[in-house]
Amino acid sequence: MARPLDRPRRDRFLLLAILPGLGLLLTFHYLPLLGNVIAFKDFQPYLGLADSPWVGLSNFRVLVEGDPLFLTALGNTMVIMLLQIGIVFTLPIGLALLLDSLLSERLKRTVQTILYLPHFLSWVIVISIFNELLGGSGPINTFLRQHDLGTIDIVGNAAVFKELVTGQVLWKEAGWAMILFLAALSRIDPELYEASAVDGAGRLRQMWHVTLPGLRSVIVLLLILRLGDALTVGFEQIILQQQAVGIRASEVLDTYVYNNGIVRSDWGVSAAVGLVKGLVGVALVLGANKLAHVFGEAGLYRREAR
Amino acid sequence: MSARGSATTVPVRAAKGVLLTVCCALIIVPFVGIVSTSLSTREQIVRSGGFVVIPDEVTFAAYRALFTGGVVPRAVAVSVFITLVGTALSLASTTLLAYGLSRPGSFAHRPVLMVVVGALLFTPGIIPGYLTIDLLGLIDSYWAVILPAVVSAFNVVILRAFFMEIPSELVESARIDGASDGQIFARIVLPLSRAVLSVIGLFYAVGYWNAFFSALLYLNDAAKWPVQLVLRTYVVNQQQLGVDQVGTADLPPQEALQMAILVISIVPILLVYPFIQRHFTKGVLVGAVKG
Repeated sequence: MARPLDRPRRDRFLLLAILPGLGLLLTFHYLPLLGNVIAFKDFQPYLGLADSPWVGLSNFRVLVEGDPLFLTALGNTMVIMLLQIGIVFTLPIGLALLLDSLLSERLKRTVQTILYLPHFLSWVIVISIFNELLGGSGPINTFLRQHDLGTIDIVGNAAVFKELVTGQVLWKEAGWAMILFLAALSRIDPELYEASAVDGAGRLRQMWHVTLPGLRSVIVLLLILRLGDALTVGFEQIILQQQAVGIRASEVLDTYVYNNGIVRSDWGVSAAVGLVKGLVGVALVLGANKLAHVFGEAGLYRREAR
Repeated sequence: MSARGSATTVPVRAAKGVLLTVCCALIIVPFVGIVSTSLSTREQIVRSGGFVVIPDEVTFAAYRALFTGGVVPRAVAVSVFITLVGTALSLASTTLLAYGLSRPGSFAHRPVLMVVVGALLFTPGIIPGYLTIDLLGLIDSYWAVILPAVVSAFNVVILRAFFMEIPSELVESARIDGASDGQIFARIVLPLSRAVLSVIGLFYAVGYWNAFFSALLYLNDAAKWPVQLVLRTYVVNQQQLGVDQVGTADLPPQEALQMAILVISIVPILLVYPFIQRHFTKGVLVGAVKG
């Protein structure tokens, strides 16, 4: 009969291997999750988290009572989210189809290499580049001025901030987002195209009946993942530009949590907003995944039948 | 020959060419301009409105000024330190954790796996994260930037899947020869995983080099700033670089200095980029199991 300590002794190397990583995850991932209790407290820095008084759900009141700053943040987040799912999510699919239709493998690889380079640059770098090119004294406006044409006011202009943010994400991430679609396209069986051509399908019909069904599962998967961060719309990107365009046009939920909590020390309310935002994200992923299953897609994961 | 691309007409092909050229130019031209401006003289920068595409005359004055002393050499040293130490810790702990989880049925396998997957689903918020770092006394310490980023649950899951794909014949035959789990890890698993590990290591390294928000949040002392924060202060926020910030009183034009800082922050990424590229498509297990 096996003694209770046989398994740990047998697996001691695996157990030791797990320790450092597990410790780090518990300390820097799960300990902060516990720290969310601050959302239910009136945090007093001099008392510490443990001794600060409990205040029930009063920190969450801002969510239902409609604090104007919170509503601004929520509204901006929604608009940017719709722009990002509508444009930043779909355009790479078109880009992948375009690239996939090229015949030369070499050309394909070169274009790909160029297009996904910006993904590896930090937001500070990307915004520096945008400011430099589109700013008031940048090359485009200098050219327009020298030729007595009106200048275009993009950087620091609150009216076009959401479009600018979308353009920046597109520049940075479109090439990277394209890779997974390209991989899915390359797995489509060429015989399907041949068979459909024999049946007299034109290019558009092939696109509809062969290419898009081949992409469907990866589109569903990525859309589910995207929904999980739907409320996360470029925190670093926006905080870097907030000074220039002002709060009204640029405050989103994450910057609200930062500005309200860390900058203005309204810890409890900020943590409450952050907590609800996180829970909504989890609910969106799980919900979208369930919906995908209903429609017969594999989705993110599938409960194994055991 | 597949039907794809074979039957295109000339106008369609031309349109595709134009479209792709524009896309590539949108990415390449800014890079060329940044490098060119950083190498340009004051007269030319003024003449071309702060952005030079092709310089008539090349000068390294901006780089010389930045590297003589002041904020940039210090920031580069900080960023290099964070990147090297962070990547080493990340690779070690991610690899060990992934290996420790690669044998279903081992002791405590299931709960630990749940912890990792849970970390994927639930990300801690900004406020609790800040409080944790404060509680641990790590404010104004480089460890505040490094430690929270050491283990990426996503990379653990990827690497674990890779380890589990290693043919069991390899592992079993080593075990019959009397190898322990530690020996199997060091002699079989690690050598087979060199390509995956270098890709994961490069992703970690890029992450540490680019770390901005954690540094903004936790490093209040300007003397401890990494490159990204210097870039924000002097390039995004346009603070003037004076004699105190560079090592020389003979100041090159601000635009050249700014673009030179930008180039300095991009170069490491460009250096590792080809390696990331190469390993991407490389088959890894080919030849491990013969027959």
